[in-house]
Amino acid sequence: MGQITLKQVRKSFGDVHVIPGVDLDILDGEFVVFVGPSGCGKSTLLRLIAGLEDTTSGIIAIDGKDATSLPPAKRGLAMVFQSYALYPHMTVRKNISFPLKMAGMSEAEQAAKVERAAKVLNLSSYLDRKPGQLSGGQRQRVAIGRAIVREPAAFLFDEPLSNLDAALRVGMRQEITELHQQLKTTMVYVTHDQVEAMTMADKIVVLNAGRVEQVGSPLELYNRPVNTFVAGFIGSPKMNLMEGAEAAKHGAKTIGVRPEHVEVGSGPWSGTVMLAEHLGSDTFLKVNAGDLGILTVRAPGEVHVGYGDHIQFGPQASKIHRFGPDGKNMS
Amino acid sequence: MARAVTTQRKIVYTAAAWAVGLLIFFPVFWTILTSFKTEASAVASPPEFLGADWTLENYADVWARSDYPRFFWNSVVISIGSTLLGLAIAIPAAWSMAFVPGKRTKDLLMWMLSTKMMPAVGVLIPMYLLFQWTGLFDTHIGLILALMLMNLPIIVWMLYTYFKEIPGEILEAARMDGASLRNEIIYVLTPMAIPGIASTMLLNIILAWNEAFWTITLTTINAAPLSAFIASFSAPQGLFYAKLSAASTMAIMPILIVGWFSQKQLVRGLTFGAVK
Repeated sequence: MGQITLKQVRKSFGDVHVIPGVDLDILDGEFVVFVGPSGCGKSTLLRLIAGLEDTTSGIIAIDGKDATSLPPAKRGLAMVFQSYALYPHMTVRKNISFPLKMAGMSEAEQAAKVERAAKVLNLSSYLDRKPGQLSGGQRQRVAIGRAIVREPAAFLFDEPLSNLDAALRVGMRQEITELHQQLKTTMVYVTHDQVEAMTMADKIVVLNAGRVEQVGSPLELYNRPVNTFVAGFIGSPKMNLMEGAEAAKHGAKTIGVRPEHVEVGSGPWSGTVMLAEHLGSDTFLKVNAGDLGILTVRAPGEVHVGYGDHIQFGPQASKIHRFGPDGKNMS
Repeated sequence: MARAVTTQRKIVYTAAAWAVGLLIFFPVFWTILTSFKTEASAVASPPEFLGADWTLENYADVWARSDYPRFFWNSVVISIGSTLLGLAIAIPAAWSMAFVPGKRTKDLLMWMLSTKMMPAVGVLIPMYLLFQWTGLFDTHIGLILALMLMNLPIIVWMLYTYFKEIPGEILEAARMDGASLRNEIIYVLTPMAIPGIASTMLLNIILAWNEAFWTITLTTINAAPLSAFIASFSAPQGLFYAKLSAASTMAIMPILIVGWFSQKQLVRGLTFGAVK
């Protein structure tokens, strides 16, 4: 079981209110991703759940039991840190078995569990090495191994992939997702990378300045962002947000159109191409559309436009997001 | 423009380094040399070098005239005792400053270090009287306490800089892994800090071994270490340079040997944190 409930959780450092009050339900077996720009309080929120920081007020319940004042060791959660935080003086085997040793498990049981975890994570041939002799990806696996042997109520991941290079990151992302499907244990994952959030999560929690902006499945957030912040944050490349006369035409303060929801070739808008990125499958155009501002447009891979070309384009009518003066979605 | 390290520059730097090194070593070298000269040769002017009369008599004399093993033993007890006691107090202190710092931790550290800026003679009379009243005068425990207090700021500072280098996330990981504070210290913190603790210990033993002001002032016979042994050859006999040199050589030799074998560890200790 791994159900985590936050009720009016607040955290202040002196006069700085990092988390002004968060309510959140994380269901058993869910893969929840906290995403937001740096400094939005997502890591602090994770550390509050872990017990590494004390809450200023509010209640954190794990499986229905109040865990607000329990020390981290007593919460039954496992954490994977950004820096991996492996014990440098211990071999991989010792690193992975450390939580079992702390739990007072017999040597034989420890050995069996370490072997099993090492097999799952492809670490069997590295068990007698020290962390210093491993690559970044292998270290990350050891950190995950150390977390899974305990069979925790939930896993907490604090930006675990940000120290890896791009190619490795994609691989590890898939491994973690597969691990979740295998173990079916609750996972809470912090990242600033919305691609990681979209690809991994069952449920995304978008945070901004310590407040929860929106909670929902990746597609809910993509299709129905509640406000301009979520609209601009979720989706890659970013949604184009326009104000002024064009927005007024739709009866809104701001309208948003995703680059992939723009048709090139005909339409009410026109502009000059400032940059064309040919990725093969797609072409991303940066277009200076005068009063509308600079817009990003996704065109087919084979489109032949380049710097300085004048193009005609327009939004798909059903894909225009309308936001009111308060930034909230009007539809 | 990149600065090329030319062979010529290397030679100049190496020569300069050797010159400075030899300059620093010269007094020690001269002391050792003098200890093998006759008294007449030792005070000859101009100083005699190759043509001096060489002898081992001074060592025989010094050995016969005083109880070297007792002074030696006292030095060992006092330097190691004060170091171990100092570490026992400084480790928890440095730990709390490094890992649970308060608003005034930096000030506290500076204040501790500032006590080292005070001239020792400033507290000579109160210390002397305190030692007389409490019966600590000329005892091992008295000197262990005095030297421990003298060097405690340095021990705390050194350990603090070592502990600061240990990433907090590793300690948090141990906490998440279910380690109690005691287990966190035994299985994670201490093994990671051992190189730092070792070099702190070595440096402190050397400092305590060479300390002369308090060891000479606060002892007479029973607890007198090698510093007092040297002093005993300088005062009453007047100008017996060769014997004084022999006594000095006998006093510094053990710590020189220890220092030689542990120099790698020591250099690491003294330059730690200088370059990250």
